[in-house]
Parts: sequence; structure tokens; C-alpha cells
Amino acid sequence: MPFIPHTDNDVEDMLRAIGADSIEDLFAEIPAKLRAEGLEAIPEAINEMDISRLMRERADQDSRTLCFAGAGAYEHHIPAAVWELTTRGEFYTAYTPYQAEASQGTLQLLYEYQSMMASLTAMDVSNASLYDGASALAEAVLMAVRANRKSKSKRILMPRTVHPDYRRVANNIVRNQGIVLEELDYDRSGGHIDPDSLPADPGDFTALVIPQPNFFGVLEEVDALVNWAHEHGALVIAVVNPISLAILTPPGEWGETGADIVCGEGQPLGAPLSSGGPYFGFMCCRQSFVRQMPGRIIGRTTDLEGKTGYTLTLQAREQHIRRSKATSNICTNQGLLVTAATIYMSLLGAQGLERVALACHENSMKLLAALGETQGVSKLFNRPLFHEAVLQFDLPVADVMRALSVQGIIGGVSLAEDYPELGNSILICATETKTEADIETYTASLKRIAMRLTANRCPVQPKMA
Amino acid sequence: MSNVPQELRYTKTHEWISLNEDGSVTVGITDHAQHLLGDLVFVELPEVGDTFAEGDDCAVVESVKAASDLYCPLDGEIIAHNEALADAPELINQDPYAEGWIFKLQPDDSGAYDALMDADAYSELIAEQD
Repeated sequence: MPFIPHTDNDVEDMLRAIGADSIEDLFAEIPAKLRAEGLEAIPEAINEMDISRLMRERADQDSRTLCFAGAGAYEHHIPAAVWELTTRGEFYTAYTPYQAEASQGTLQLLYEYQSMMASLTAMDVSNASLYDGASALAEAVLMAVRANRKSKSKRILMPRTVHPDYRRVANNIVRNQGIVLEELDYDRSGGHIDPDSLPADPGDFTALVIPQPNFFGVLEEVDALVNWAHEHGALVIAVVNPISLAILTPPGEWGETGADIVCGEGQPLGAPLSSGGPYFGFMCCRQSFVRQMPGRIIGRTTDLEGKTGYTLTLQAREQHIRRSKATSNICTNQGLLVTAATIYMSLLGAQGLERVALACHENSMKLLAALGETQGVSKLFNRPLFHEAVLQFDLPVADVMRALSVQGIIGGVSLAEDYPELGNSILICATETKTEADIETYTASLKRIAMRLTANRCPVQPKMA
Repeated sequence: MSNVPQELRYTKTHEWISLNEDGSVTVGITDHAQHLLGDLVFVELPEVGDTFAEGDDCAVVESVKAASDLYCPLDGEIIAHNEALADAPELINQDPYAEGWIFKLQPDDSGAYDALMDADAYSELIAEQD
């Protein structure tokens, strides 16, 4: 059977049936000036042998590096069973089949996933996933504007400690709806949003976004922030790392009444880095906001014979029924990645996840301690951390990173572009995958590089004694 | 045959309107509308204090089949909404003209009510649509 089900004959038959001469005729009503004139940047098609070779070469550029970069995507150990099971024929589709209820296995898996996420975040409900962490935040912002009927402001307070890419993506998606993301600056010594710096009279705003841990790896004072937002009639959107929730207070328990919407990147749960994707986003919320939640939700029910069955629920909010008034334009889920995440969480269990989170924290502390001893390197921010931290160098960061990469080490992510006020700073991370020897390798390389770069910069050779 | 009480006024979009003694109006959806929608599972109510123009969508009634907008029949301000529907949206199915009321509106123009469609005209409308 051909992969594309429309043969030339099929196309001709269909065109004849509707009285059109060509496929091009179907697009006649789109004005010429709005059409793309071909896609010059897309190269010619190549055959399977050549594409395999190209992909292998590209993959080789990535492999065998010792990675201490985090910044939103994290290298974790993935038990072999996760992808062995995920890629079985029964699961190996990116899409829930039409007449979703015919695929009870897929729906049960999504239901189990939702249950795990709701339990991890201590929220009432979870959807069946979104595209990635950044777009999940954008959807959470849109949802907060719909859900907060007390505020008419469309003003969202967005700390600068939220991932810069997330802020950019969210702004791209929401700005045309008149929603304003207003930045909140962070405390320079703590690297967090200081609750004491929050205005007593902030004016009408819809929601406060709280990252935990924040982009710098620093833990925010979530209780005080949640209470402050709620006192001012705003909702709270939590952006969290799912692994960290195994040891940190879940958003549902922050402050007096907990966060209202929780979202984040699901990649740490069983998805490999794979040069940036595909990943998946997650979203959970309170029961009272469930009708404003975008995406699919799977429910458990009983059939006519009293047997347990799974079904798509609350579909009346979705595009195929509500058209332009749908809750969002998300009408699917990241099925395959969620399958991996569900199997990953099932294999680890609550205790296993906690051990992973603790190991990440401990390794990051070891890495920090080791690098901190290096001349010209200092740790910024004095607040508690999860598994990332900001280091400041006396040397140009770009040179240090380049020298490290020559030795197969990704030393971290430079903050120069998004946080110029932090000077020569990088964000580093050590997950459970890093051994003492890895940390030693990094530290030793860094010391050598620092020494060489310092020596090169010195215009006059010191006199020998 | 749907129940269309004589004493009420109607819209083409299947809302009913009754005039209260204080000049405000009470709004709900007709028996015909609740039949078409089927079992209601949720009602999104307008907030008290919100103002709407005639024809604005101001509430959503969601059934197992569809979510439909409710259109404001007159220009005015919402002065009350039926809290009971939050836990019991089925009141609209059971008793659309009394227990199943949705909101109360203070119309900007006190005479606007009289211009709305009467029961005979509405009966004719739904007969045509059937």
C-alpha cells in the first residue's frame, strides 16, 4: 500500500467530481501576494543511502561529548526498556488513531500518564501533553487569561528567571491577542525573585509565572510568591522541572492554596537530548479550570457491561466542535514521547525518581565545589540550587567554551546574550549521569585552559627569580 | 412539541426573556434549545457586573454533544446569575423556564423588551426549522 493514499488517478477522480481542473484551482481564492513562491532553501531530495550517511555524519558531531549543559534539556539515564517498549508496533505512532476509543491501550496509557503527572505536581488534572515546555507556557498564559475572570488586564508578570527561550516563544504566541508579558527583574545576589521587592500595589494583573527551579537552577521562594499573587487576585502559573518534583514541594502545595496552572518540559522523563527534539510539554491545573485547559484529556469510565473503559473527555471545548471559539488550537498530544515518559516513570517509581533527583543535586554540588577551586572562577548567587548553577569567569567565556569543546566537553551554556549584566557567566549542570571521573575531567581541563588563556593574555613575561 | 410559554419573549437564537417587576429581565434557553443540545454538563455563566451589547456571546452551555454560545438578547448589565447551575446544569433540561434560568440583566433601554419576538412568532420560527 502506498504511504500517500492519493494516487494520480484518485486525485483526478476527486477533481472531476467537484468540477475543478487542477489542485491549484482549489487555492484560487488565496491572493497571489500571500502565497509563498516555492521554497528555495529546501534542497533537492536525496536517496536513502545518501540521507543515512548524512544523518550519521550529523549524529557523529554530537556524540561522545561530555555534556555539562542543561538550560532546559537534560541528559538523564534512560533504562533500555523505555524505548524498547515505546517503539513496539502497538505504540509506535506519533498520533492517536481516529476513533480514538478503538485504541483502548493508547488511551489507557495516556490516562496513566495524566494520573502520574497530576500526582507529581499535586494538581487535580493533567492533559494528555502539549508540544514542548515553551509552548506549554504560552498555552498556560492564554489559559490564565481565559480562566481569570476577575482580571480584565491581560497583563502577565513574567520573571527574568524564566527560561529566555520560553519567554520569547510565549511572547510570539500571545502578543497578537493583546497579552502583555511584563518582566520582573531578579535579585542580583540571590538569582531569584525577592518577594520583598514585589510592589505592594502592583495594579491589576492576570497571572504571575513562577519557575521552580528557575533558569539559573536557583530555588524561588514559591510560597511567598504564590500568596502575593493570590492576594492581588491573580493566578499562578508554575513552570517546573518534573524530575525536581520528586524532592521539591509540588506546585499544588505552594503557599496557602497552591499554584493554579502547572506546565513544563517533559523531556527529562525518558526522552533523549537528540539535538533538541522532539520533546513534549505537560500541563496540569485545578479541577475548577479544567474547561479552560487546552488539549486532550482522557477519562476513565465504565461501558454498558460495567467494564472499565477509557475515552476522550471534555471534547466540546475543542476545535472540531467549537471551531474558532475552541479553547486553543491544540487538538492533539505528543503521544510517542508521552509513552516513553509513562514507561520511564513506571520503571523508576516514586523512589527511583527521588534517587535520580537527589543524585542530580549531589553531582551538581560536587561539580560546583570542584570548579569553584579553579582560579578565576566563582559561583554566582547564594540561594539553594537544584541541579544547575551560574559560574562567573575572569576570562572570556566564549574562548573557554571553545577550548573545552575541542576536548569533547560541553562546558555549559553562555549567559552573555540573555543576561549581559552577569558578565562572563555560564550555566552548568550535572545530572545523575556524571561520575566523579567526569567531574575531574572537566575540572582538570578547565584549569589547563584557564592557565593557558591567562598566560596568553599577559603582555609581559614575568621575570624569572 | 416544544413548550413555548405565552407570557415570555424570545430570540432567534433560542433564548427566552421574562420581564421582572423592577424592570430587569431574566434570561434562559428555551425548551426547544435544551432538546436540541441534549444533556447539559456545564454552564459558563457571565460575571455579575459585566456589560454586553445585544448579540454579544455572554455565556456558554455545554452538553455531551456540543458547547454553544448564549447571545445577550438586549444591551445591558448582568445583575445576577444562577449559581445553582454550577453544580446542577441539568436544571436547564428539567425546568428550562424556571429553575433553569441563567442570568438576570438590567437593560439599558427599558422599552427594548417590548420589541422582542413573542411566543407565536417563536413557535412559528421553530416550526419552520424542524
